[in-house]
Amino acid sequence: MLGPKKWLENYVNIDIDAYDLRDRMTMSGSNVENIRNLSKNFKGVVIGKVEKIVPHENADKLVVVTIDIGTKNLQIVTGATNFKEKDYVPVALEGATLAGGLVIEKGELRGKVSEGMMCSHEELGISKSLIPENMKEGLWILEGQYEPGVPFDRSLALDDQILEFEITPNRPDCLNMIGLAREVAATLKTDLHYPEVKLRESAEKTEEMVTIKIDDPQGCHRYIGRILKNVKVKPSPDWLQVLLMKAGVRPINNIVDATNYVMLEYGQPLHAFDLKKIPSKKIVVKKAGEKETFRTLDNVDRKLHPQTTMITDGNKPLAIAGVMGGLDSEVDENTAEILLESANFDADRIRETSKFLNLRTEASSRFEKGVDKEVALTAINRVSQLIQTLTDCEVLEGAIDEYPAPYHPSTIELRVLKVNQLLGTRFTSEEIEKILSSLEINVVNNGDILKVTPPSFRGDLVKEVDYIEEVARIFGYDEIPSTMPEATITVGGVNPSTKVENLLKTALKAQGLYEVLTYSFVSPKSVSKIGIPYDSPLQKIIQLRNPLGEETSAMRTTLMPSMMEVLERNYKKGNATMMAFEIGRTFSKTPDGKMPLEKLKLVIGMYGEEEDFYRIKGSIEEMLKSLKIVKLDFVKEPHHPTFHPGRCANIFSQGNLLGTFGEVHPTVTENYGMENRCYLAELDFEEILEQGILTKKYQPLPKYPSILRDIAIVLRDHIEIAEIEKIFEPYLEGILESYELFDVYQGDQIDKGYKSIAYSLIYRDFDKTLKEKEVNEVHEQILKNLEENIGASLR
Amino acid sequence: MREKLENIQEQGIEEIQSTTNLKELEALRVKYLGKKGEITQILRGMGKLPAEERPIIGELANKVRERITKELVQSKEALDAKALEKKLSEEAIDVTMPGSKMPLGSIHPLRQSVENLEEIFISMGFKVVEGPEIETVENNFDALNAPKNHPSRDLSDTFYITEDLVLRTQTSPVQIRVMKETKPPIRVISPGRCFRNDTPDATHSPMFHQLEGLVIDKNITLGDLKGTLEVFAKSFFGAHTQTKFRPHHFPFTEPSAEMDITCFKCGGKGCSMCKGSGWIELLGAGMVHPNVLEYCGIDSEKYSGFAFGMGIDRITMAKHDIDDIRLFFENDQRFLQQFR
Repeated sequence: MLGPKKWLENYVNIDIDAYDLRDRMTMSGSNVENIRNLSKNFKGVVIGKVEKIVPHENADKLVVVTIDIGTKNLQIVTGATNFKEKDYVPVALEGATLAGGLVIEKGELRGKVSEGMMCSHEELGISKSLIPENMKEGLWILEGQYEPGVPFDRSLALDDQILEFEITPNRPDCLNMIGLAREVAATLKTDLHYPEVKLRESAEKTEEMVTIKIDDPQGCHRYIGRILKNVKVKPSPDWLQVLLMKAGVRPINNIVDATNYVMLEYGQPLHAFDLKKIPSKKIVVKKAGEKETFRTLDNVDRKLHPQTTMITDGNKPLAIAGVMGGLDSEVDENTAEILLESANFDADRIRETSKFLNLRTEASSRFEKGVDKEVALTAINRVSQLIQTLTDCEVLEGAIDEYPAPYHPSTIELRVLKVNQLLGTRFTSEEIEKILSSLEINVVNNGDILKVTPPSFRGDLVKEVDYIEEVARIFGYDEIPSTMPEATITVGGVNPSTKVENLLKTALKAQGLYEVLTYSFVSPKSVSKIGIPYDSPLQKIIQLRNPLGEETSAMRTTLMPSMMEVLERNYKKGNATMMAFEIGRTFSKTPDGKMPLEKLKLVIGMYGEEEDFYRIKGSIEEMLKSLKIVKLDFVKEPHHPTFHPGRCANIFSQGNLLGTFGEVHPTVTENYGMENRCYLAELDFEEILEQGILTKKYQPLPKYPSILRDIAIVLRDHIEIAEIEKIFEPYLEGILESYELFDVYQGDQIDKGYKSIAYSLIYRDFDKTLKEKEVNEVHEQILKNLEENIGASLR
Repeated sequence: MREKLENIQEQGIEEIQSTTNLKELEALRVKYLGKKGEITQILRGMGKLPAEERPIIGELANKVRERITKELVQSKEALDAKALEKKLSEEAIDVTMPGSKMPLGSIHPLRQSVENLEEIFISMGFKVVEGPEIETVENNFDALNAPKNHPSRDLSDTFYITEDLVLRTQTSPVQIRVMKETKPPIRVISPGRCFRNDTPDATHSPMFHQLEGLVIDKNITLGDLKGTLEVFAKSFFGAHTQTKFRPHHFPFTEPSAEMDITCFKCGGKGCSMCKGSGWIELLGAGMVHPNVLEYCGIDSEKYSGFAFGMGIDRITMAKHDIDDIRLFFENDQRFLQQFR
């Protein structure tokens, strides 16, 4: 909402500058986002009177103008054509800087000296959309007469500052000058002066000329009509045009401008019909018929929804209520009799209509937000008065006011105790009364309890807290003392899941992995992109109804595609290696179709010179150590379509599947446009959480020495390491403390089809020093088992 | 005999002192002190001496032996020291060569912010809770007192899954979940992902992060809201940070406020980041609307509370001078690396 300071000063005395006003208003709840200083566009611009126009000898499209700027006459060469002798125009003098940055210099145009420039609106910084139609191409021709040479901005009240207010949706009453001025007055603790509305009514009665009927009382809460006769439609005087432009509205003609002016002043949208174009002399407000179409004044035929409230002459539609008038009853330059409409339409219905028609107007957006029902009469009188002043027309006696369900304010109780309890203050009832009264809230002070009644324009004041907020904001939030909540001791902290998350993340970070965050929504095709077949549960993906695009249209069922995209992006940006992880949610449908299931997953992805299957395996093992998940079983998984069939494994802990990892299948990597090997893992976070141990128990350190025995065995090369370790495993219960693989060899020294494996075995007895003999006994047994069970021979 | 011993001593000392390595020194030890060494020989020949000379020569021989032993030890020490010095000097390396690394990864900058925020609020007795990313329309809008026709419910603002399910547009629905499940006193924060139908650009992302806070107890006041958030602002942005509370409007709080803090780039002088105002808008807050409390089955006559919410992405961008929100979700290693 644009609030020109000078306009506001019509209703309230503002004795501070615009910047202080901004700060004060912001702190009382009307946030000012920006201040526009208009004067800067008019430095060195004065009003000139065109004295003489002669053709330019050397140029067909130029004229030479003699212009009176008070102290002297200037000669200016111009290409403009929309002006004549005796016109008053803005003249930028030598040295002036115009809005676009153009500096005016004395110059010569085709041999004729030009001592300045006559300006258009646009050259003076008026936005194109605000320039009156007849001056779009050409100079700004003033309507009034002025003393030549006076500064342009001062003469036209353009030496103003415009405050841009951010009005929150609960305060539609601030979307007009009086509403803003009311807030200013309350903030500055001064008085608000309403305009004086006075009419000279003629003897002829409005009610004898027209009838008004509301057949759709849900859609139309109030309809007031007034008739003006002998109006002359013409451009508005300069002051009115300027006011409208300052408030962001384009001047059209005096009648439309007057309705817009009063709309801006009071917030009441108004409409003027050419009464001659309503031969029935009837206004009937009713719902549109089935399959009705209507041509609005922007010359567009619009199909109407049957719920649309229409203004009709009984048969024919005249206007879409609260949205836009019709072309057929529009005021034009020949209009002499006007029917003015000041009505109140239902917010929801206007919103629906506006949405259905995809047509938003100044009027519709105001009705949507809510217009004060009580202001309609004042507004129609005010606009009648204004048009009478502008065109000296006749105003017929009386207004027809159809108001089926008049406004009844509801009074509630406001407890002083509650105010102070909620704010942490010590207001007296008098202090509260004073603040509320300044906002035109009616207060009956009964000491501990105030009976409060909102003014008609404050539909947002419903509950006790609404009034408490008024007290707080006018008093000033910054004036309320800051305190800490009274001590009910609460224990803060993160939940176990977050603790586990943090442990895993720390472990992965320490191993050089980067945490990434990717969108929760993906392309539904992404599941297939990692090779998952169409019948997989992962393809049962939850779709958004209104996605931004296909790429972000479905809630992911696996994090792997997102990780592949991260690898792809890094690869394509030329990063030689990338190791990353993400802990994020996957989403799946539930049988009851209600709340989807959200499950946390952990995904790891990597590529690079030094990355391979064992690197990602090691990362997972190390990470899980931070949760004491150490007994892991890795089982070859040759069927997972995302992975290389020979380089993929499922991870089990205590028989529970933790996840799958491996080298990404080359066709999948290719799908992402990568030519390198990539490694992926996706683990079930909730399973990890289940298995993880947060409180670690101490194991006493051994007191007795250990004995180390290395073994080297040769066995068939298809036998997995896990087979060998399965043989070691039972001995861990006894004196075998640990075993570690330290060499795998295949090559010339070994028969084809065989491999050589070397392990270090550490023996220790926790309670005494081991004897060689004891170790030999067990060691022999192990070797024997290796030989018998997997055909290993000692090398 | 005496002369002989004196010669041995003289010659021995000279030879020992002129040795340059341990091997030579060992040879000299054998030569003089060994079983067949010169001093040993003399001691063996003592029997041939007259009885009165024996003690004298014996004493002298022992002295010579001690002297030579001492000389040998000294010389060995010197040679050892020299050898060590030589070894160390040979082992000198170029200390300016790059270190061999166990490269460190990083935690995502947004998650680092979350951790920092959590830490502060935990110290003030807040519990961290989470809610689902797919929310009911009821929790995301209705229960939060959002008018039925509120524009934020539009398809152009909110992602819908069904008529009743949306991607949460704010972390505020977690408030509802907590209030429905827990009895006061309540003191929770809830960080998480939120979604709005915004086309990505430098300052917009269809997915972003918020942190929600909620305090419900007896006698909680607007003053408490101010006090708590002031403490938070000072701990997160530095002790010199000042705060400003402006009235605002949210459907689920009344009174509602926005909190500004002094710009952490210019300290309040005015710069490009704060658009010259010296202030940066940080969060929205307010006293929980009685409609919301009642909806969740909390007696609004008995209890009051405050809630606040802030955009983590925005705070993180401001803190690290990041000028494009999309960087967070592109996950380029060269970006992530900077937050190790």
